[in-house]
Amino acid sequence: MLRMPRDLHLQMVAHCISGLPDEACGLLAGDPAEGTVARVYPTRNAAASARVYSVDSRDLLQADRDAERNGTQLIGVFHSHTHTDAYPSPTDVDQAPDPDWHYVVVSLRDTHPVVRSYRIAGGEIEEESVVVLGQQAHAGVAVTA
Amino acid sequence: MAVAVDVRLPTVLRPQAGGQSTVTVKASTIGDVLRELVSEFPGMSGQLLNEDGSLHRFVNVYVNDDDVRYLESLDTPVKEGDEVSLLPAVAGG
Repeated sequence: MLRMPRDLHLQMVAHCISGLPDEACGLLAGDPAEGTVARVYPTRNAAASARVYSVDSRDLLQADRDAERNGTQLIGVFHSHTHTDAYPSPTDVDQAPDPDWHYVVVSLRDTHPVVRSYRIAGGEIEEESVVVLGQQAHAGVAVTA
Repeated sequence: MAVAVDVRLPTVLRPQAGGQSTVTVKASTIGDVLRELVSEFPGMSGQLLNEDGSLHRFVNVYVNDDDVRYLESLDTPVKEGDEVSLLPAVAGG
């Protein structure tokens, strides 16, 4: 299960929309044991493509260091599919390197973005639920879910 | 001249290094660093270098803040005090 505070969920989807017409991507940091996202890192798509993505290597290093400084670690990646379902493509499965990561796909094919998350291990795809937490990540005003 | 260089390992490679997050190797270039790692921890062989000795495309290698692919790749020199970081490349379709 992947748990995301509502504001981070919105930040992720907004980054995907802002990347159109290309695929957008970013990294998720948090607690690997709980699967709770504490921070979203929007990154550049070094492939600059509507069909594939490659997280910019310098953005990746900065996110990894920042996550560690905050006592968290990178626990997953999100990317958009501009014209297809929110389901991992064969390319995603071929390149998915970490069985402990959460692989989030945001489909922008329809009017409303569709967010789904998967674990990918040994070439096998398993969908997991995404829980959007109804309050903000940082101290502040609670938002009704 | 070979110098001692600290190498930060990503979580996926730590089991092959007995759980260590940082290891120290003697090297003068990034190519040396990777060959030393493979020699010391053979479990990393297929993940760092291709059979022809070139850099595997699924791994990113950095000297301090810079990706060696934007420097001189495996020929990038390392000097005393440099920190080398390895991270799995993150990509898909």
